[in-house]
Amino acid sequence: MRKMLNTLYVTTQGAYLNKEGETVVVNIERETRLRLPIHTLSSIVCFGQVTCSPFLLGHCAENGVAVSFMTGYGRFLARVQGPVAGNVLLRRQQYRQADDLAASARLARMFVLGKILNCRTVMARAMRDHGGKVNADGIDKTLQVFSRVSRGLVNETALDNIRGIEGQAANDYFGHFNDLIVAQKADFVFAGRNRRPPLDRVNCLLSFLYSLLYHDARSALETVGLDPAVGFLHRDRPGRLSLALDLMEEFRPVLADRLALSLINLGQARKKGFRVLESGAVVMDDETRKTLLTEYQKRKQVEIEHPFLKEKLPLGMLMFAQAQLLSRYLRGDLDEYPPYLWR
Amino acid sequence: MYAEADYVMLSALQHYQYCPRQCALIHIEQIWAENLHTAEGRILHERADSREKGAKGCVRTVRTLPIRSARLGLSGQADVVEFHEDGKVFPVEYKRGRPKANRCDEVQLCAQALCLEEMLGVAIMEGALFYGRNKRRHAVFFDGQLRHLAEETVSQVHELFRTGVTPKAEYAKKCDQCSLMSACLPKSCTDARSVRKYLAGMLRGIDEKDAQHPVCDDSGRLSE
Repeated sequence: MRKMLNTLYVTTQGAYLNKEGETVVVNIERETRLRLPIHTLSSIVCFGQVTCSPFLLGHCAENGVAVSFMTGYGRFLARVQGPVAGNVLLRRQQYRQADDLAASARLARMFVLGKILNCRTVMARAMRDHGGKVNADGIDKTLQVFSRVSRGLVNETALDNIRGIEGQAANDYFGHFNDLIVAQKADFVFAGRNRRPPLDRVNCLLSFLYSLLYHDARSALETVGLDPAVGFLHRDRPGRLSLALDLMEEFRPVLADRLALSLINLGQARKKGFRVLESGAVVMDDETRKTLLTEYQKRKQVEIEHPFLKEKLPLGMLMFAQAQLLSRYLRGDLDEYPPYLWR
Repeated sequence: MYAEADYVMLSALQHYQYCPRQCALIHIEQIWAENLHTAEGRILHERADSREKGAKGCVRTVRTLPIRSARLGLSGQADVVEFHEDGKVFPVEYKRGRPKANRCDEVQLCAQALCLEEMLGVAIMEGALFYGRNKRRHAVFFDGQLRHLAEETVSQVHELFRTGVTPKAEYAKKCDQCSLMSACLPKSCTDARSVRKYLAGMLRGIDEKDAQHPVCDDSGRLSE
């Protein structure tokens, strides 16, 4: 599997980036502050007054390193990117299958299957680790429901049924989510999913983690040449990256929910790290966000064996691997799309 | 006669000879990745491709010469072409590594000769392969058999591109040397692997795990 690459964030105002051979050089006040070999980078993000030489931009485009320019406050301005990855035959196949309800259902059930089984693993692990503290009876029943539903999903062909199963499973899962919180229970109470805006600390953590996943899913799909906006489980909606949402499903429990629970249960997230606004919306402070980002990055480094590829790779590469498997399924290399199933 | 839009690249012949799936991944799927082997080859060619013209005695040497054949629908570059005083045209192709057991390098060189014959209106009887490893030239004679093999490969590549269908992977030892291995997934994208079987296995695994380690003490409830 290919290497996990880094993103270079340049926030120093007045910085100038140029190319020297195969390296990216960061100059501040005419002094070289940093040199990075281009092959270790996946992207460069420039905030505010940061400039790049045209040769560096060209070199980045050739090497598949995306360069983004943001305002000092992080609003996206522009992006320099090389040729579109992948090929038109793949994208056409994606559009054709998205237009076809039966073909969409075939893929949608796999995204949902991955989501449900991985939710199941999150719950089963909590049972194993904190058997005495959690609502064992209710969770146990849900585990059984989830494995029964999963067996049925493999042969489900109606998109509406698949969406129904997904909705019901999400209800069951989030119905037990509060039971999986075993520490700081008074400060972190989860009574259901809300996001616009998040109205409690748990939802605040989840929403932020999901937005990280969303961005990772987008770039994984773009890297393999798929259109992140055209989905199968999620239908087209302007401004929404439906395929990124599809691909995220199997990763929500593994990369986001599990991490949110650890942050709470290990006391890395604290009540005082959140603020309740006048409207009732909950936001996290910079320190909590930094802790969360650090833990997210750490989690991405963890190596796992991919159960279908039978290859070791860091968790951070999983979405890329799944995007690749999705493109191989669409090109006819695989009999179904194999969701990532966390063990 | 092919339309220019339908020309295939000379390098595709080489890729096709090595592995039809690799050829499809590069030229249809537009996937490229570099590893040690491709980087070495690129550097060797960058040196050969300096587009210098040289004259050694009565031989004029041209590097990186753009060539094509409308009859075969083929275009690309010849690394080195020697123009001898007696009118002889002599193509030389640079290769990293050592001479190979199969004829893929010869096929590529022969295809270059076919292009040059068409463009220059001459007959080209021989050329040479220069291998980086032993730094030696190996003469290649463009006999009827090799010409036939080259033309056959060209039409196979055209057929592959016309259908646009990437052949299924077949894992072989050479896959470990291929820079596209991680994009190709030769162990997973074969007819032998089935996602349905993988899913069935995973579901069975969950049932077994539940049976072995009942999550609840009351294991009776698991036999639903």
